[in-house]
Order: sequence, then structure tokens, then C-alpha cells
Amino acid sequence: MTILRVEHMTHYFGGLRAVNNYNLTVDPGQIRGLIGPNGAGKSTVFNLITGLYTPTEGTILLDGEDIVGRPPYQIADMGLGRTFQNLQLWRHMTVLEHVKMARYSKITYGLVGAFFATPRRVREEAEIKAKAYSLLELVGVGHLAEQNVTNLPYGALRRVEMARALATEPKILFLDEPTAGMNPEELVQMMEIIRKVHRELNLAIFLIEHRMKFVMELCDIVQTLVFGEVIAEGPPDYIQNDPQVIEAYLGTEVET
Amino acid sequence: MTAINSKLSTGKKDVSLFLQKLWEPFSVSPMLGWLIGVLIAVLLEYTVGLYVARMLGLPKIPVLFGVLIMLETPILFPSAVLYVLIIFIIPIALIARFTAPLTNTLAGKLIDVQPWLAVLVHLGLFYAALHLWAEINDYRVLVVRLTLISIILTLSLNVVNGYMGEFSCSHPGFMALGAYGASVFTLFLFVDDRTFGEALLPAQLGFLMFPLGLVFGGAIAALGALIIAIPSFRTRGDYLAIISLAFMFIVKSLIENLEFVGGPRGLGGQPDWANLPTVFAWTVICIWVTNNFVKSTFGKALNAVRDDEVAADAMTVNTRQTKMVAFLFAAFWAGVAGGLFAHVLRYVNPGSFGLQKLAEILAMLYFGGLNSVVGSIVGAVSFNLVSEALRPLEILKWIIIPVIFILVMIFRPTGLIAFTELNVINIIRPKNKAAVPQNVEVSQ
Repeated sequence: MTILRVEHMTHYFGGLRAVNNYNLTVDPGQIRGLIGPNGAGKSTVFNLITGLYTPTEGTILLDGEDIVGRPPYQIADMGLGRTFQNLQLWRHMTVLEHVKMARYSKITYGLVGAFFATPRRVREEAEIKAKAYSLLELVGVGHLAEQNVTNLPYGALRRVEMARALATEPKILFLDEPTAGMNPEELVQMMEIIRKVHRELNLAIFLIEHRMKFVMELCDIVQTLVFGEVIAEGPPDYIQNDPQVIEAYLGTEVET
Repeated sequence: MTAINSKLSTGKKDVSLFLQKLWEPFSVSPMLGWLIGVLIAVLLEYTVGLYVARMLGLPKIPVLFGVLIMLETPILFPSAVLYVLIIFIIPIALIARFTAPLTNTLAGKLIDVQPWLAVLVHLGLFYAALHLWAEINDYRVLVVRLTLISIILTLSLNVVNGYMGEFSCSHPGFMALGAYGASVFTLFLFVDDRTFGEALLPAQLGFLMFPLGLVFGGAIAALGALIIAIPSFRTRGDYLAIISLAFMFIVKSLIENLEFVGGPRGLGGQPDWANLPTVFAWTVICIWVTNNFVKSTFGKALNAVRDDEVAADAMTVNTRQTKMVAFLFAAFWAGVAGGLFAHVLRYVNPGSFGLQKLAEILAMLYFGGLNSVVGSIVGAVSFNLVSEALRPLEILKWIIIPVIFILVMIFRPTGLIAFTELNVINIIRPKNKAAVPQNVEVSQ
């Protein structure tokens, strides 16, 4: 039983082949990583699966359903939550409003409730507020709920984005460089949060990362993407020692 | 330079300190106290206003707080100021201050019983004061009604231009659709006239059916909005601005060429159903519904679409549907405002829904403040009052008002009261206790 299955996905930007014959299967509870040098097409893979772009070829099955060509909001509603590489938050909204917003498709009070403040709307808004608070507590920013996002430090914003993605009730969570721009201390905290979320919500996670330490510690299986093609796939230990990967990617990095 | 600057800033500080000191004794007065004060002041004017005015050497009761008189005959300046002091400022201040203990308890009890009851009581008091104030002469009634209609227009445009962050220019077009739609509805069904022949239904029934006519006008406007929304919400950017501007002109020339609604001559003879209570009720409903909408998660989705559409999409927000709903909602209310407008003036012609109207609505919106219900109300009211008050200056008025706008744009680029939530309970709560901690962001 797989949650996400991508088969033979290929995508062209004009004449440029950004992703070539990409395959992926994610099982429930698995944490999978995607690494690769800059410009390898990692974010393109994310955007293709989440529906921002439609792949030129290939099939994507989310929970057995074909999602190629569906708009992103439907794919998100079907259980694919994501965060962004460079934070994409709404600058005039509070932390709480961010998390509540991600419940949009689950709201049932409709326009009548929106216009006339029916009891049902009052009840439902209270429910999603409670839900939002519990998610914010889970990622450790409950005390910042009433703050506007423009007033918060970077590390907290990453957590807000995580809580927001979780509020869509994902079956699988896509994290696009969750530790970009973080200091070592924040990095350790982020790792803890991902472990906690993974444990408590039993999520499957698919993440892009540059920091090898992070990937090696968290992921069950890692793919290496170079020029749009997967050159190696396997457990972190295996990837770390693969000569092709070392040549293409790790060889240029000092850390390991 | 620095010396001047520091001197200026201390001067500014002194003024604000002085105002703060002046305000301090009144900070304990709840809204209920102020409203009772206003009601009594208005009653005072109603009963002895003319007498006081004569005594001060004024020819009649000053219609707009003496501003018109001051500008027309500057020599009467002191009398006009005195009149306003005696009739309005002093009684209101005294009543608000000295009934504060009583009104605070009363306001607290009302809110404890039922918040909506408290809101209704406040609205009732406010309406009573407004009605009595306007009753003095027809000019005031007209100004109040047109101001209320402006509030509906500004507020509905704020949903699109403020909350959603698109730029729509078609509000006069929607207003025209609503005005003609509602007019045709009432003239066709309830009035004997030359264009539509004899009335089909008795006129007595008409007043009861008038809301239906307004909703009909609003629905036609929303239908027009659908025509714009389908092509222009596929993408973001300037498309909407251009298409909506074109739509406004199309509507105008369409009506000019439709002979059965009078063409360029216009359409007259609407029954006088848009009286003050009707317009007031519709304005209150519009404010209530809009406020509900923008505070709900559906309404917040507009902000999400505005600030980052990709993120909104990834968080399950159906962005296209969100934009369509908001745009149709705004058009509907513009249509209702148009219907009321037609029945206030009891005559419409296509000429009144052109660029000048658009400029007026945009001015009220950007003056009052984007993304804020209070801002729209303040913008519409202040624009209408200033524009009426400066009427004696004739052509100079069109120099002074733009200068005011330029100043606002320099010092508060998003408008007077932008990005604020309207919290009704916070306005009417008793003021003797410490404020409930609120999170009202006022950015910029």
C-alpha cells in the first residue's frame, strides 16, 4: 500500500528537459529525502507533484487516484501538504489566521455562514481555532498565535509554515528545504519537530534538503537528483558511499 | 535644521499631550453615554435651535455645523462656533461625562444579557439622533441618505480593491445596472408612467416589495460582474483594471442606447421609497454582512490570495472561486446602492455613472483606508461631509479636496484607518474597566 506513486514523470520547460523519467513511491510512515546540487530540478519535482506545474509525461497517483492536471488546491485537499523553500506566508495575517486558513476546504458552513454569522459558523470557527491552537502547540509556537507574521523571527516562521501545512490534514507532507537559512541550534530543533510530527501524526514525509547531516539522520531512503535524473536511490549509508553521488554532489561539499 | 525639527516635534508633542489631557476625563464614557448625549443635543436643536440661532444673529439653524455659514459669510464665524458649542459640544460632553457611571453599568448589563440586543439598542439610539438631526430640513435628509449610500459603495469596493488586492474600476457600471434594474422593477410593476404603461400591482404593495426590487438590481449587477470575472480571474495583474474600466463604459453607452429605459434622457418618476429609515437599514445590513464576510475564514482567504496566491492554493484555498465570490458580492452591493440612489434622487441618467463617480468612490476608499470596514465608513462619511461643507467655495473646492488627498497619501499611504478589524463589542463595551486585551493590528 503506497501513498504516493510517481511513474515516468518527465517535464520540459520549452526545450529544456528539467525532469527526466522520475519515479517515486512513498509508503505510509516513511521519510524520504531528495538531494542534489543546485539547479538539479528538486523544486521542479515538488511543484510537479503538488500541481503547480503539469508534467509533460507521466502519472502521479496519490492514494491510488490520478492527480495529473488537477489544480493545486484539490491536490492539497486530497492529502498532500507542503511548505515552501522561501517562506510563503501572508504578511497581513496573524499566526492563528494562517493555520485556520489551511482548513478552508474542510469548512462546511458555506457562504450563508460567511455572510450571516449563523450558529453553525460560530461553532465551526471555534472548532478550527481550537484545532489550529493544538497544531501550533505541537510545533511549539502556541504562544505566538495572536502575533502578525511580520513580527516574528525566522525560526518561528518555519514552524508556522509547518503548522499551516499540517492543518490541511495531509497524508504526506512535502518539506522544501525546511532548514534553509537556519543556524545549527534551530536546525536541531527543526529536526526534533519533524520527528515529533512524524511520530504523533504518523505522516509520510518527502523532503528536499541540502544539509547532509539532516538528511542522513532523518530519512529512510534518499534519492539523488542530478540534471533532472535520479542517479542513485537507497538508504542514507548507501547514498553516502555511492561514488557517483560523491562525484556529483558530496564531492563538492566539505561537510559529511 | 535639526533645531527646527526638534522644535516642530516638541510642538507636535505638546499638542498631542494637550489633547490627551483634554480627552482623559472622557475616556471613561461608553458609547452609550455619547449616543445619549448626541440624542439630547439633537433634541435641543430640534426644540430651541432656531431660537438660539436667532439670538446669536444667525439667519437660520446652521445646516452642517455652521461650516457653510462660516464660508459664506465669514463675519458670522463666532456666532456659528458659539452655536455649535452651545447646542452640540457642551451638552454632549457634559452628558457623556456625568452619566458615565450610570451608562457604564447599563452598557455592561446590556452586553451581559445579549450582545446583539446591546448592538440593537445602540443602533436605535444612533438612528433616533440621526433622524431628528436630519428632520430639521430636507437638505440634511438628502445629504445623510447620499452619505449612507456612499458607505455601501465604498465598503463593497473595499472588498475587491482592499481585501482582495485587485483593482476594479467598474463600480459605477454595477451601480448603473442596479439603479436601472431596481427602477425598471418598481416603475414596471407599481407605477403608472409613460415608459412602461400602467402599474401591474397596487402601489401600496410596492413599498413592501421595494427590498425585492433592490435585490433584483443587485442581482443584475452581480450578473454583469460575472461577465467580467470569468475572463479576468484566470490570471492576476492589470487585466481586471482594464476590463472593468471598459465594462463601465460599455454599461454607460449601452444604457444611453437603450430607448426603452429612456436612453441618454434618463429614467424618472421612481416612487419615493428610499426614505431615511430604508437607506439606513440597508446600510446597516451591508456593514453587518460585509463585516461577517471579511472576518470569516472565507473572507480571510481574500487576504491570502492577495498576499500570496501560490501559498493560498497550496493550503486548499480555491482561489478562483474565492475571487469570483468576492467580486460578485461587491457588485451586488454596488447594485443595491445604485437602486437606492435611483430612488433617492427619483431620477437616473447614464451620465451620472461615469468617470467622475468612479473617481469619487476610489477617493473615498483610498482616503478611508484599505482592508478595513471602519476605514470605508470613515472615508465615505468624511468625503461626503467635506465635499458638502466646502460647497460655498465653488471651484476652489476641487483644489482643496485633492490637496487633502495628496496629504493623506503622503502621510498615510494606505489610508486613514487601514488594516483594522471592526470589533463592535469593543466599541460599545463599558469603559470603566480595563480594556479587554485586543489584537487590532494597525500596520503603517
